[in-house]
Amino acid sequence: MDEILEILEKDARVTPEEIAKMTRKKPAEIKKAIAKYEKEGIILKYKAVINRELVREKDSEVRAIIEVNLTPQKDQGFDKVAERIYSFPEVYSCYLVSGTYDLLVFVRGRDLHSVARFISEKLSPMENVRGVVTHFLLKKYKEDGVMLKQKEEDKRIAISY
Amino acid sequence: MKNYISRKVEVMKPSGIRAFFDLVLGMKDVVSLGVGEPDFVTPWEIREAGISSLEQGYTSYTSNKGLMKLRMAVSQYLKKTYGLDYSPEEEILITVGVSEGVDLALRAVMEPHDKIIVPSPSYVSYGPMTELAGGVPVYVDTRKDNFKLTPRNLERHIDAKTKGIIFNYPSNPSGVSYTRKELKSLAGVFLRHKLLVFSDEIYCDLTYDFDHTPLASLGKIKDYVIYLNGFSKSYAMTGWRVGYACGPKEIINAMTKIHQYTIMCVSITSQMAACEGLHVGAKSVEEMKREYKRRREFVVSELNRIGLSCHKPQGAFYAFPSIKSTGMHCLDFSKRLLAEERVAVVPGTAFGDELTEYIRISYASSFEKLKEALRRIDVFVKKRKEK
Repeated sequence: MDEILEILEKDARVTPEEIAKMTRKKPAEIKKAIAKYEKEGIILKYKAVINRELVREKDSEVRAIIEVNLTPQKDQGFDKVAERIYSFPEVYSCYLVSGTYDLLVFVRGRDLHSVARFISEKLSPMENVRGVVTHFLLKKYKEDGVMLKQKEEDKRIAISY
Repeated sequence: MKNYISRKVEVMKPSGIRAFFDLVLGMKDVVSLGVGEPDFVTPWEIREAGISSLEQGYTSYTSNKGLMKLRMAVSQYLKKTYGLDYSPEEEILITVGVSEGVDLALRAVMEPHDKIIVPSPSYVSYGPMTELAGGVPVYVDTRKDNFKLTPRNLERHIDAKTKGIIFNYPSNPSGVSYTRKELKSLAGVFLRHKLLVFSDEIYCDLTYDFDHTPLASLGKIKDYVIYLNGFSKSYAMTGWRVGYACGPKEIINAMTKIHQYTIMCVSITSQMAACEGLHVGAKSVEEMKREYKRRREFVVSELNRIGLSCHKPQGAFYAFPSIKSTGMHCLDFSKRLLAEERVAVVPGTAFGDELTEYIRISYASSFEKLKEALRRIDVFVKKRKEK
């Protein structure tokens, strides 16, 4: 992977000028490369990683992981029916997997009720959905490679040889 | 009270640096560029191996030379990485970090008043360890060669009493390292004068512009090299204190004698964890190196922009800029920078008396911290120039 991507994946706030200094290139070159990545959809978006466990507000959310069994459609396999499912805004991740079920769907909603309604009213009744098993998330420990815990302070002594 | 302290210890340099260190340690909210160790904790697999060895009840002494399984792993690693042949039975000794390795090697070979060459700037303990072992350190000023030891400069400092040289590359504090070609020409001088070389290569995995070449891999010189390395820097295991010394079996045997009477053996937990380090290591080392390399480019370019001229270090995680443009002594510079901007650096004189115009900056800190510290240094230097 290109070094620019490696840097931005770790910290999207690093500026093109700073990346230029780190990689000994010209800022214009970096800007051009980033623009290209954005255009090609390699860089999709920039966002903050928020530890929602610590956000104690009314807008808290409930997440669930749903195993979905599908009946594949003629000529289209799973893609078409998967698209129908992942197009719902409640679905934030969706994968086709091998094993005892077909789709692994990650959904979120304001509360238990709204997630349950999505499953019972939208997902389960779909023609090609043969069955679902729902797991509600109780606690998040690590997400996208980030451990969701308070930043630990530097344990090194401040000065040493 | 009667003074019981040995003369040798009493004359050892305490210097103003210790007091400065205490000042830093007593202060809060300091952005420190003074840390001589990696900025991440030991990888989890390695920590887990340590924990699991404790659970299984591995709490005993090990053989004096170290766990056979670790010596074998070291031997295989050196063979695979550098093509170096060291027998785990006779030519490898597990030590309490490279520090113990240097100490043992010096004590194993030293006769009173033997001279040991120490290229300056040097890591802080080489001189004192030489003196404690009864030898005389001969410091070689390398300032005019961008801190690189050249065959000519070296040759000028060798006489009949010169027994060896403590050679550290990539270097703490200058970050200087040597290409294969440069090492070959130095090896020529070492061989001609039959110098023992205490080769401290602890930062070997952090070499940025070319591949690291162990001195011992350059043919005949191997018989004169005590190759010293460890796990602190490559595997972020500084606090575990595990290193190794490899060399001719007569010297390793002599070192083992001292080690068995003074240290006995390295902590078994640390040895077990180190085994795992060699087992899982390589991938994270590569990633770490890329990260440090980026920080190096950033830090060096910022320092030069600020007006603290800095040659580009080829390894380790230190920059060693000149503060000459400020007209200040390094200790004064460091103290004021700490007081006014709360940034800690290490004064150059810690690494050699002549280095009054230099400071050591460690870039083993997150990019954000480096950026903030350099911003503050910029403010500090500008203020000086306005005066």
